[in-house]
Amino acid sequence: MSVPISQQHRVPPVEAGQSDSEPVLMVRDLGVTFPARRGHSAVAAVDVVDLDIPAGTTLGLVGESGSGKTTTGRAILQLLPSSGSVRLLGRELGGMRPGELRGMRRHMQFVLQNPYSSLHPRMTVEGILAEPLRVHRTVPASGIDARVDELLDLVGLDAEVRRRYPHEFSGGQRQRIVIARALAVDPDFVVCDEPVSALDVRIQAQIVELLTSLQQRLGVSYLFIAHDLAVVQQIADRVAVMYAGRIVELGDVADVYARPRHPYTRILLDAVPVPDPDVQRARLAAPPVQADLRSAPEPEGECVFGRNHREDGSPEWHLFDGGHGASCRYWPAGVRPDDTRA
Amino acid sequence: MAFVLLAIVVAGPWLAPYPAELTSPQSLAGPSAEHLLGTDSIGRDVLSRMIIGGRATLSITVIAVVLALLIGAILGLLAGYLGGAVDQAIMRVLDVLFAFPAFLLAVAVVAALGPTIPNLILTIAIVYTPSMARVVRGPVLSVKRWDHVEAARSVGLSEFRIATRHILPMVVSPILVETSLMLSRAIFTITALSFLGLGPPPPDPNWGGELSSGRQFMELAPMNVIAPAAAIVFATLTFIVLANGLRDRFDVAGQR
Repeated sequence: MSVPISQQHRVPPVEAGQSDSEPVLMVRDLGVTFPARRGHSAVAAVDVVDLDIPAGTTLGLVGESGSGKTTTGRAILQLLPSSGSVRLLGRELGGMRPGELRGMRRHMQFVLQNPYSSLHPRMTVEGILAEPLRVHRTVPASGIDARVDELLDLVGLDAEVRRRYPHEFSGGQRQRIVIARALAVDPDFVVCDEPVSALDVRIQAQIVELLTSLQQRLGVSYLFIAHDLAVVQQIADRVAVMYAGRIVELGDVADVYARPRHPYTRILLDAVPVPDPDVQRARLAAPPVQADLRSAPEPEGECVFGRNHREDGSPEWHLFDGGHGASCRYWPAGVRPDDTRA
Repeated sequence: MAFVLLAIVVAGPWLAPYPAELTSPQSLAGPSAEHLLGTDSIGRDVLSRMIIGGRATLSITVIAVVLALLIGAILGLLAGYLGGAVDQAIMRVLDVLFAFPAFLLAVAVVAALGPTIPNLILTIAIVYTPSMARVVRGPVLSVKRWDHVEAARSVGLSEFRIATRHILPMVVSPILVETSLMLSRAIFTITALSFLGLGPPPPDPNWGGELSSGRQFMELAPMNVIAPAAAIVFATLTFIVLANGLRDRFDVAGQR
């Protein structure tokens, strides 16, 4: 946990055709609805999500299980049918033809949560890493061997492992292979879906460090999905807090952690254990009120921040200084913005 | 066991002590040094007819099953992977075939097409395609949701490559097991068809046909019946043991 909380925004390598103003990834109004099943109505798993990820930065996406984090990541990668707009390097991905989309996948890659199931069990490391190179032809066929060695070196694995199969590796090593596969084609953007939550704590730190150093060297941007706030604090520049399919708070990591605006963020932060037995015991003695925020009243008339969205048609999103924003949804009755400050 | 069968198929005519059609003065003789399994009603050597007939029976079986395997695996993969309307269309058509008792369907197809060897192969293939398609479709349905398939898609592989390289290898073991079980059932079907006179036309020998013609002289020369029956049992058992062996092997190796 030695990485400083606030990391400076790194300068990315210049991408051809990419304007300075537009972030690598721009998500607007993203929505994912799972169709109705027998006895259940359709579920809006992700509802009106807006995100921007500038080049070379990391956005952490946190929230409890079922809040729609993973679904958001998969929808951005166009692995799920979704509504709204996802722009990668200035190009709209929604409605793209399948062939064209496959081409765009060179710029966006995926690191899955479980390294035990996300590698083809009957392919060697070599085969796994060479596959994206062959598909996207980023290096000539004669250069694939050298590139595989380079990738293994990049993620800290010996070149000798290339002929081995995934089951011969530990979880941390497998996750390194998964990361190497994702970086094989030099993507601009990688979705890391809980990349460390299946690993031991010590290995977690190594993988987070690896991801951070790779970002510094390659200028890649991450959407880092996690439920562990401490991990996000280490790796992310900015953090988005998701609840019930919506982003309820978004801002610089240091800012959000120090001054949470939304009651849900506060609950999440309160749930993080403190490494001081006395403090922790005192906190457990007086647990925070765990209201089900979903049942919170919808703002009628004025919202908690004193705006009337129905009348003036403004978004339910309130900006504070430093680009820190919060939603006025899911506020339990009686909780005022000031109450949420520590 | 499998080697014996293989030898019969590959080297049948050279292994047999006599040509299949050669008659001798002794008809319906019992086992002797000259004719190890005796002779049939017109004095042909039973052992030779077993070996040469086995070649016909076994090769028809194997070719037909391989055909059923290919068609069934492709259809099953398509149905399972693409899902939706394609799945419905393929599986409903196969269900119609599946609904007939296998043997009845085989009799009907052979009767309609006429009992030649290519028709027999086609018939067995048609009869066994639906079960192979089902066996492939099931695991494909679950494998296509596995993480490494999603990873492959996110890498940007084509659908064809995902289906053939990332899904098909995962369903190889059920396919192999089903294939060898299918062989044992197919050999049974083909000998039964031959027994009923719907097999390869005489005078070429095959096990079902031998059983049928030997039956008339069962009291006089029991070897004429025992030999083909034993051969059929032997081949069927071989395939079943093979299936069990493959299943054990792949169950261990298939562990992640």
